Amino acid sequence: MKIWVYAEPAPEGDKPATSTLELLTKARELGDTVEAIYVGANADAMAPALGEHGATKVYAVDRGEALAGVVGAAALAALVEANQPDLILFAQSYDGRDALARLSVKLDRPVLTNGTDLKVDGDKAVVGTAIFGGNTLVDTKFTGPGPFLAAIRPKSFAAEPGGGGAATVEQVAAPDAGRAGEARVLEHHVEEQEGPKLEEAAVVVSGGRGLGSAEAYEPIVEGLAKLLKGASGASRAIVDAGWVPYAKQVGQTGKTVKPKVYVALGISGATQHLVGMKGSDNIIAVNKDSEAPIFSVADLGVVGDVHKVVPKLIEALQARG
Amino acid sequence: MNIVVFVKQIPDPAMPGELTAENTLKREGKLILDESDSYGVEMALQLADKAGGGEVTLVSMAPNNEVSGLRTALAMGAAKAILISDDALPGSDALGTAKVLAKAVERAGEVDLVLAATESTDGYTGTTPAQVAELLGWPSLTFAKHIEIADGKATIQRQTEAGYDVVEAPLPAVVSVTAGVVEPRYPSFKGIMAAKNKPVDEVKVTDLGLTAEQLGWAGARQQITSVAAAPAREAGEKIEDDGAAHEQIVAFLERLKVI
Ligand SMILES: Cc1cc2nc3c(=O)[nH]c(=O)nc-3n(C[C@H](O)[C@H](O)[C@H](O)COP(=O)(O)OP(=O)(O)OC[C@H]3O[C@@H](n4cnc5c(N)ncnc54)[C@H](O)[C@@H]3O)c2cc1C
Ligand SMILES: Cc1cc2nc3c(=O)[nH]c(=O)nc-3n(C[C@H](O)[C@H](O)[C@H](O)COP(=O)(O)OP(=O)(O)OC[C@H]3O[C@@H](n4cnc5c(N)ncnc54)[C@H](O)[C@@H]3O)c2cc1C
Repeated sequence: MKIWVYAEPAPEGDKPATSTLELLTKARELGDTVEAIYVGANADAMAPALGEHGATKVYAVDRGEALAGVVGAAALAALVEANQPDLILFAQSYDGRDALARLSVKLDRPVLTNGTDLKVDGDKAVVGTAIFGGNTLVDTKFTGPGPFLAAIRPKSFAAEPGGGGAATVEQVAAPDAGRAGEARVLEHHVEEQEGPKLEEAAVVVSGGRGLGSAEAYEPIVEGLAKLLKGASGASRAIVDAGWVPYAKQVGQTGKTVKPKVYVALGISGATQHLVGMKGSDNIIAVNKDSEAPIFSVADLGVVGDVHKVVPKLIEALQARG
Repeated sequence: MNIVVFVKQIPDPAMPGELTAENTLKREGKLILDESDSYGVEMALQLADKAGGGEVTLVSMAPNNEVSGLRTALAMGAAKAILISDDALPGSDALGTAKVLAKAVERAGEVDLVLAATESTDGYTGTTPAQVAELLGWPSLTFAKHIEIADGKATIQRQTEAGYDVVEAPLPAVVSVTAGVVEPRYPSFKGIMAAKNKPVDEVKVTDLGLTAEQLGWAGARQQITSVAAAPAREAGEKIEDDGAAHEQIVAFLERLKVI
């Protein structure tokens, strides 16, 4: 099976996104040929990591200031015609979904999205998804002709280098995307990012509506995260309430995290939140309500008030130096 | 400015979901307006208001000529609706849905802007808006958390991993909005009464020039091969805080060698 991965840059721009390396690792396991397509300016800087994780070749497309997904889909459609891949994998990301959606129309192929698992059955790809808040696992097989198009949620697979050399880079001209290509990126804004990234941190401390107010987030959640050298996250309730930016949201419509320790403070544990964090190695929860569903997944559940427990915990940790 | 808003009518997300014998989501009983789409409706009403003219038209594809979710959005202030309901539709996937929605946009006449949510609450495929844009040959501005319309252009703040990008496209365009882009209004009593008499154009897929083979089960080209319960995570120790629970957390973190 020939598998392609739609490669994306990490936010820092000089290396591939972790989600791309995860997809390449899985593609290496399932495919005979693994190649990447990369839409962006500095393909040569990406080639070593892409190669190390399994891509022998990367088709690179310069997008100028156009949105990546539109250019990516147009370039992919042309490349698919000439190279006949069997399966094309996208990260369930902003640009990944744009490219996937447009490509599905160009090729008239269905998409399977929100994948958390991937298998091959004969010459067909099978995508595993988790529904009902992760309580039910469903496998769906493509039945029509390929190429099959699937988007996989970040953190579904581990990224492991396979020892390959740098991928060879083949520059491909950006095709004319017509009116659709007239969308332009004018500015980039980077929101403050201190400490480790949410998806990569060994410890994640998240806060929910139980914090009571936006003001409590900094001392309680960020305070504890900093002491544990971890990242801070959030439930959707406090993202929607505007207490913290969306980038911090953990769950079905936010990020999936798999840290060594996840600390849930004042979070009820709705299924949509659980699906984003129940793959954590260890879970600590503090919640006033002894019946809160979060306790059904917690390795250490503390029935208590975050405003009493956490300040003492912070003090105890500070005292240890 | 004429704006089309996609509104999906879904089973109440507060109810536990269930699968049918064909392994699709059970969609019996009352459907409601997807909360995600209420942001699009509100945004459209505000943008049309600011432009000082034009109409907001709703487009929904739903089983059994369902209108309850549409009535909610009409009560918020939309002028009219197009509803696509047909026996050829069950089993349709996101691409099939997009084909139907794109044709409905064409049916709506002169349209400057299409608004949708980034993903629906029950299906959350998250590709439909960009698929519609591609079918129409329009630009798409996805994951918008802020929108401005001026000089024939839409300018949005597009959510990114690191923050946001400012992205612009000429109209007509498809824009998908995230939750929180605006605060949706509650329908007033007057709005609810008025909604009862607003026109709903009920159409079949053949009215849109589509054939049954492109849609439904035939069009989806995918098959569910297994459904299984996820391995449950065992609950561990649960303690009541008697003023010293923090010590147990410290001990737990020590055992894990995190501190
Ligand atoms: C389609 C869809 C997608 C969704 N996606 C997500 C997602 O990605 N992520 C997500 O998180 N949610 C998501 N949700 C929302 C989810 O269903 C819940 O509404 C949300 O997770 C609740 O957040 P919360 O636990 O912070 O708030 P609440 O449910 O309000 O819970 C607050 C908790 O804090 C406790 N508490 C109160 N005071 C204190 C105190 N002083 N000390 C300790 N505990 C206290 C309460 O007992 C309660 O359990 C989604 C919902 C839908 C429908
Ligand atoms: C009778 C019937 C039976 C169906 N059966 C199935 C089935 O068995 N399996 C299946 O996968 N799908 C089925 N569908 C289609 C399904 O409901 C979704 O519309 C489709 O899969 C799109 O996926 P999504 O909601 O995940 O799209 P997303 O891409 O997540 O949706 C994004 C946005 O697109 C717009 N949108 C999406 N769908 C609609 C809609 N129907 N009407 C108006 N706006 C919309 C909304 O603004 C939405 O927020 C059926 C539809 C009908 C009418």
